[in-house]
Amino acid sequence: MSRPSNFPPPFSTAGYVTEPTDPADERIEVGVLVVGAGPAGLACAIRLGQLFEEHPDVAERLGDVPVALLEKGKQPGSHLLSGAVVDPRALRRLFGDRLRMDELPSFGPVPAESVYVLTRSAALPIPPPPPMRNHGNWIFSLSQLGRFLAERAEEAGAMILPETAAQKLLVSHGRVVGVRTGDKGRSREGGELGNFEAGSDIVAKVTVLAEGTQGHLTGVALDRFALHGEDPQVWELGVKEVWKVAKPLDRVIHTMGWPLRTGKRYREFGGSFIYPMGKNMVTIGLVVGLDYRDASLSVHDLLQELKTHPKIRRILAGGERVAWGAKTIPSGGFHSLPSRLHAPGLLLCGDGAGMVNIPRLKGVHYAIESGRLAAEAAFRALQRGETPASALSSYDDAVRDSYIWEDLYEVRNMRQVFGRGFFVGGALASAMTMSKGRVELGKMRAEPDADQPLLVTDRDAGYPAPDGQLTFDKLSSVFASGNKTRDDQPNHIRIERRVPREVAQLWAHMCPAQVYEVGAEEGDGTVLVDVAPSNCVQCGAITAKGGRLTPPEGGSGPEYTLT
Amino acid sequence: MSTLVFLEHHGNELQQGALGVLGKAASLGDGEVGAVIAGEGARALAAEAGTFGAAKVWACEDAEVAQPLPQPRVDVLAQVVEEGGYDTVLFANSVLAADVAAGLAARLDAGLNWDLTDVALRGGDLVGKRPALQDSVYAEVGWTSTPRLALFRAGSFDATAAAGGGQPEIADISASYREHSTAVQLEGQDAEESSGPSIEDADIIVAGGRGLGSSDNFTLAEELAKALGGAVGATRAVVDAGWYPYSAQIGQTGKTVSPKLYVALGVSGAIQHKVGMQSSGTIVAINKDANAPIFEFSDLGVVGDLHEIVPKLTELVRQRRG
Amino acid sequence: MKIAVCVKHVPEGPGRIDPSTKRLDRSGEGALNHFDANAVEEALRLKGDSNTEVVAVSLGPQKALDSLRKALAMGADRAVLVSDDAAGGSDLVATSRLLAAALEKEEADLVLFGQQASDADGAVLWAAVAERLRRPVVSQAMELSVEGGSVRVKRQTEFGYDTLEAPLPAVVAVSDAINEPRYPSLKGIMGAKKKPQDVLSLGDLGVDAGEAGEAGSRTTVLALGDPPARADARKIEGDGNAAQAIVDFLAEKRLV
Repeated sequence: MSRPSNFPPPFSTAGYVTEPTDPADERIEVGVLVVGAGPAGLACAIRLGQLFEEHPDVAERLGDVPVALLEKGKQPGSHLLSGAVVDPRALRRLFGDRLRMDELPSFGPVPAESVYVLTRSAALPIPPPPPMRNHGNWIFSLSQLGRFLAERAEEAGAMILPETAAQKLLVSHGRVVGVRTGDKGRSREGGELGNFEAGSDIVAKVTVLAEGTQGHLTGVALDRFALHGEDPQVWELGVKEVWKVAKPLDRVIHTMGWPLRTGKRYREFGGSFIYPMGKNMVTIGLVVGLDYRDASLSVHDLLQELKTHPKIRRILAGGERVAWGAKTIPSGGFHSLPSRLHAPGLLLCGDGAGMVNIPRLKGVHYAIESGRLAAEAAFRALQRGETPASALSSYDDAVRDSYIWEDLYEVRNMRQVFGRGFFVGGALASAMTMSKGRVELGKMRAEPDADQPLLVTDRDAGYPAPDGQLTFDKLSSVFASGNKTRDDQPNHIRIERRVPREVAQLWAHMCPAQVYEVGAEEGDGTVLVDVAPSNCVQCGAITAKGGRLTPPEGGSGPEYTLT
Repeated sequence: MSTLVFLEHHGNELQQGALGVLGKAASLGDGEVGAVIAGEGARALAAEAGTFGAAKVWACEDAEVAQPLPQPRVDVLAQVVEEGGYDTVLFANSVLAADVAAGLAARLDAGLNWDLTDVALRGGDLVGKRPALQDSVYAEVGWTSTPRLALFRAGSFDATAAAGGGQPEIADISASYREHSTAVQLEGQDAEESSGPSIEDADIIVAGGRGLGSSDNFTLAEELAKALGGAVGATRAVVDAGWYPYSAQIGQTGKTVSPKLYVALGVSGAIQHKVGMQSSGTIVAINKDANAPIFEFSDLGVVGDLHEIVPKLTELVRQRRG
Repeated sequence: MKIAVCVKHVPEGPGRIDPSTKRLDRSGEGALNHFDANAVEEALRLKGDSNTEVVAVSLGPQKALDSLRKALAMGADRAVLVSDDAAGGSDLVATSRLLAAALEKEEADLVLFGQQASDADGAVLWAAVAERLRRPVVSQAMELSVEGGSVRVKRQTEFGYDTLEAPLPAVVAVSDAINEPRYPSLKGIMGAKKKPQDVLSLGDLGVDAGEAGEAGSRTTVLALGDPPARADARKIEGDGNAAQAIVDFLAEKRLV
């Protein structure tokens, strides 16, 4: 049986590490360089702004641009997507007395909640398992929160540079000294178009990688500085839609079961979330672990199928889909965290470092908290003017002392137990949380998602035909993501194009944006995979399942505003 | 209502679009319709304007309007509107007419609604129809004062001789020109210098999609386009596949077109393609997949094998066009 | 020399009309109208290394500063935004009045426009502005040069190519075929924030509130509706007669 990992992509992280190449007087110099305008990076920039306000002398020493923040999306928020029911503790801590929760762009606290186990036609309510209880948490559009935080970061003095991809890690004498940004204006074949604009070296005293899931340079740094955790990282893929609805939803809903299959051999771990966004909008999403085996599984189409469930159809009745998006979620948990969260000149934050609590379906607050702690560590080093390799180690200590560490430790084996099948896994997971992690199940080895041997079923035959009202095809969904990527740019996706048919099928079904298609037979039992890179919404699933996503030209990809 | 129509001419031909607007104005049947023809040979065209419904033709052959430039025509129209007491001025869109209409709007502080596809009288008020947001919304627009100016999308009305059209009254007019109106000089003119219309300008586009099956089969689209006198377009999928150059790509990340006729060969009709061509006048689709979304916005949908149908179609079009 | 480039801040993504105001919803994110990027590029190309000043001018909500900053990041020297609550909902007559008032103050030798607004599909504003400024205007420019106090333009019309010349000061609208707009460099983006950005109210322009916005407009949106279904949509099976059926259909529509 094929495993996607047997067909590795033509890619090496070593190609993305370089010494600065621009002449010294042309390099852009900044104090702290943050990569990624998500909750982690923006919290880092905001906290640095607060600290510099208290200590202007430190900011002054850093030159014209004490804090710069790179964002590959069109603008902050363009690539942000989450549920999102957010634990407010990190936001409260970040803003302290400066902002109240109700001054943030949220849809208010969680009003009530329900959990259902679905079958094709029925919905059985169950009491919410402890990790799924959301009392006291707030509902957000992460994209909107990102834009709000970006405004705060700019007010705090950060220079945000959108439409800019961090392409290479600048390393000099074993120390990270910044990043090189991506070129713009290249043709599909890689040639320079009339408006070609070469990337730049941005050099910084401290570089903070807050790239989110499947961070490109985070992956490069993990290899370069040998920071990989005990277990390999694994991911889940979430696909979600935002709907305008006729009648308000009065609670947050989670579902388990259908349309996922419970048979152990399928390894289908996941569930759905349905959250109200104010009175007239609802978000609905489906999350599935990427360790699944069935090459015909499509999370995009399972979400379409989910919406045909009578219970859910009623919620959406008379409504209209207004947004769509997809993203992976790192789900390896505690054992997959990097061995260290710093390297000389470098700090790792948030989802990129795998700080997600899968049983609680939460990570935004860890991202914010880790960004805040990274800011404090960077500030301490800058204040002392320190440059030794260990200058940033206080960040690791701070994270270990924080609730991030405590929470992730508590649920450390949760992800693995689901490999034993849905019901067994569910029972064990419940036992684990109720005992606050004291029940030792014996750590189970997590294999990379791409190592799972494939099987092929005919489940794709059951996906509903798109009707353009309730159910949609992938290209319509890509359109709803706001993606209008320039087509004639180089392909940013690395895959082995000649693979066994089931691997090609896996990628074609897996990708929610219809980037891959099964192409021509090659005569030796393999097929050629056709790639339409401009459809890509940069969810990162391909990296989990045997390929590698690299950043396309800055400004490409989805333009999320509601997700 | 007293309506004036700007009649553009090229050489000794009145433009069909403008005659269509004139016919529409006459068919509203509320008051007499006047027309303005400005430029060389204006007077000689007046009679033809009469057959399309103009009761009175204002002809201006001043040297200042010999060149096809907008600003002196603003002077002429401003004067005719005043002398003739017109409360409504209609234009058929063109490079020239759009600039005349907007200049006149500023001169008279008059409301201009543009990109209209139709107009009607409702309770004595003029109401325009205007597609917006890539034709996904149709707005009804009005005017809050007179004169009312309207610029119609090309091809909105067929030019048909008006019932009861006849010999119009002809008024020669000579305008006084403002200094800035005559400042632009035409230094040279070249006739169309291309091997066929570009897809942005073409009245007819034959677009090929993945249903063509291969790069070689694009000759089917090219042959049909040649027979129809149109240009060839392509979907993103086939451009991605390298079957056709990016410059021919129609859609969200390619060109936006609105030809009079759009023939889609093996085009599925994904939303990314649709937004680039949905404002086309008439859409004909040939596709073997009866469920292809393109059929939801085609005027004529043909479910069948384009490899059989298109060569025959090309031959029939050739025969017809001699 | 001084070149003023008029740019518009247009909503991002699929547009939406607010049913209550019947105006385009401009509350969401916006961006520089991409057709105007061609005008900015052309101004910067004309500027080259000379001491020509390029001023980007816009009319819109406060957020339109984002689009002006994009023009500054590309290389424009200064930005002027006319922004006033009373200016919302301005039609062509009112918009051209406000823009002309702002341009009067600039006294630029050359005023450039892009070929259309991607949100409202408007492609007429330059002619109205030129009329108010009493300046010569040329639209659809696909080649442009400035020499000896005049501007020389090659442009495309329905009938071929014209070469036109106009004395400065003049107004020119460029087509999107004229150039390929540059990407702002990172240094350009970082420098943009420090460049002068003036926000002017109606009062600053000396324009009465009654002459702007809906009060100063002469057109109105009466109603919004769905597009008509393709009136006589037909679907036929492609049997042996399909080609003939298509020709008959085209003949009936007078398309062949």
